Amino acid sequence: MAEKHQIDARGSYCPGPLMELIARIKQAEIGDELEVLSTDEGSANDIPEWVKKVGHEMIESFQADGVWHVVIRKVK
Amino acid sequence: MERICILVTSGSREKLQMAGMLASVGAVSGSEVLVFLSMNALTPFVKDRIDDIPAEGELGQLILDKQAPPFLQLFEQAVELGDAKVHPCSMAMDVLGVGRDDLLPFLGAPLGLTKFLSEAQGAQTWSF
Repeated sequence: MAEKHQIDARGSYCPGPLMELIARIKQAEIGDELEVLSTDEGSANDIPEWVKKVGHEMIESFQADGVWHVVIRKVK
Repeated sequence: MERICILVTSGSREKLQMAGMLASVGAVSGSEVLVFLSMNALTPFVKDRIDDIPAEGELGQLILDKQAPPFLQLFEQAVELGDAKVHPCSMAMDVLGVGRDDLLPFLGAPLGLTKFLSEAQGAQTWSF
């Protein structure tokens, strides 16, 4: 059964949040959702670009109370 | 596969940081990344020599103060998460008087300039 993982990368600067996501995605199972919390707007833009390039699924990206929530699904 | 070759010769914190960012993001984005460390850029990769990396200006100090990912960590992640290759320059090793055991363990085998030039042919090539 697919799981949801949350990666708290608040306070980290580019490319920290992306690298934390990649470290976790390697351990996740196909179908799992991963949500990155980031205060770095550059990372909020870069992570969807990386997802598109490597072929995972982008679910949503939104900002709430100064924190970006980038949610993706591992598909391969 | 897209190939990225990165030549790093500067020992300044800003340039090492940018090179590490490029290496790590490039490697985890599916590119084959080769980093060649020469001149002053090699010194921070010698064990116990990370102290006292000079900043060129304000950004270099802010990188430290705000605890951006350290450049050594970025290079190591490029290797571990993205299979990048980070090679020390054999000439710089000779001049510094260091062997492979003196270097951080994630570095690959010493490389000469001829081999680097050969690898860089037809690749995106960046220098810092």
